[in-house]
Amino acid sequence: MDMDRVDQIIDKHRGEASSLIQVLLEIQSEYHWLPKEAVQRVSEKLQVPLSRIQHIATFYKAFSLVPKGRHEVHICMGTACHVRGATRVLDTVQDLTGIKPGETDMDLKFSLETVNCLGCCALGPVIEVDGKTHGKMSPAETAGVLKNYE
Amino acid sequence: MSEIRLQIDGKEVKAREGMTVLEAARSEGITIPTLCHHEKLEPFGGCRICIVEVDVRGWTRLVVSCIYPVAENLVVRTRTEKVDRIRKMILELLLAHAPDSPDLQNLAKTYGADRDRFEKEASFCIHCGLCVRYCAEVKKKDAVGFIDRGIRKEISFIPEIAAKECWNCKECFPLCPTSYLQAAYVLTEALAFPSSSSEAVSEE
Repeated sequence: MDMDRVDQIIDKHRGEASSLIQVLLEIQSEYHWLPKEAVQRVSEKLQVPLSRIQHIATFYKAFSLVPKGRHEVHICMGTACHVRGATRVLDTVQDLTGIKPGETDMDLKFSLETVNCLGCCALGPVIEVDGKTHGKMSPAETAGVLKNYE
Repeated sequence: MSEIRLQIDGKEVKAREGMTVLEAARSEGITIPTLCHHEKLEPFGGCRICIVEVDVRGWTRLVVSCIYPVAENLVVRTRTEKVDRIRKMILELLLAHAPDSPDLQNLAKTYGADRDRFEKEASFCIHCGLCVRYCAEVKKKDAVGFIDRGIRKEISFIPEIAAKECWNCKECFPLCPTSYLQAAYVLTEALAFPSSSSEAVSEE
């Protein structure tokens, strides 16, 4: 594993313990998870105990201690999306990717999560891929959207 | 240090500035039950069992005595009907997690808590944080920490540190009010460094 990138991120924050969460967020977005070696390096360099980093990394949903796919798919299951057919959208995505919510596929291409509201109920059913919102989804359109990601 | 006078359960108590209500009460021999409190550790305010009633500027408030600082002319009551009711409720909720903990059962007797009031959800840990804080603050090893949050929060040993540091320490074991800590340690040992314990046994 490439530790230089981790060191770069740590140095950017001048090795300050108060920047711990920022450092972890950057490592998370770089690797899509927090590899053990990286976490140990952060612990040594920022002088923060491993148990504390573990507490933080398991507390916030933004962090993952297991590998995540290159693309994160969030499917809104809020009330408005639900009544407009979010369940069918979710079924389609599950069929296409072969994974259930909370899982990552074997090629590390997609990670699937359900969320309870993305805040744009007028666009329901909504899915979000890598932070980009796709509204008024039908099962067929969902398949079209997922095709664009490699 | 200026001296502060307050009243606890009708008794005049002298305290120093910066003391907590709990410390002031204990220095006068007034007992307030605690689960997450430890003299060597920073106040935590986690278990809420040390809740007391105080009068501040004509208002009656419920505060957690282990983190509430003493103040001049403060009136504290440690055993009112309301306080007892809250402690009973806290105990019943904790007993759903650790029904056979001796510490909890002793307190349950005092406050009339029914261990079977709530459906059992035996997680055994009551999140007092004694082990986590003792390891971090006194031993400075950080071998055990919390993971996750809310209803999934639990204690977890860091195997690499536990394998090196714990075998000749284990000072956190007697602190645990439920013995879940010991179970968590044995589980970590069995999963992560089973050979070291068998070596220790054969050496004996």
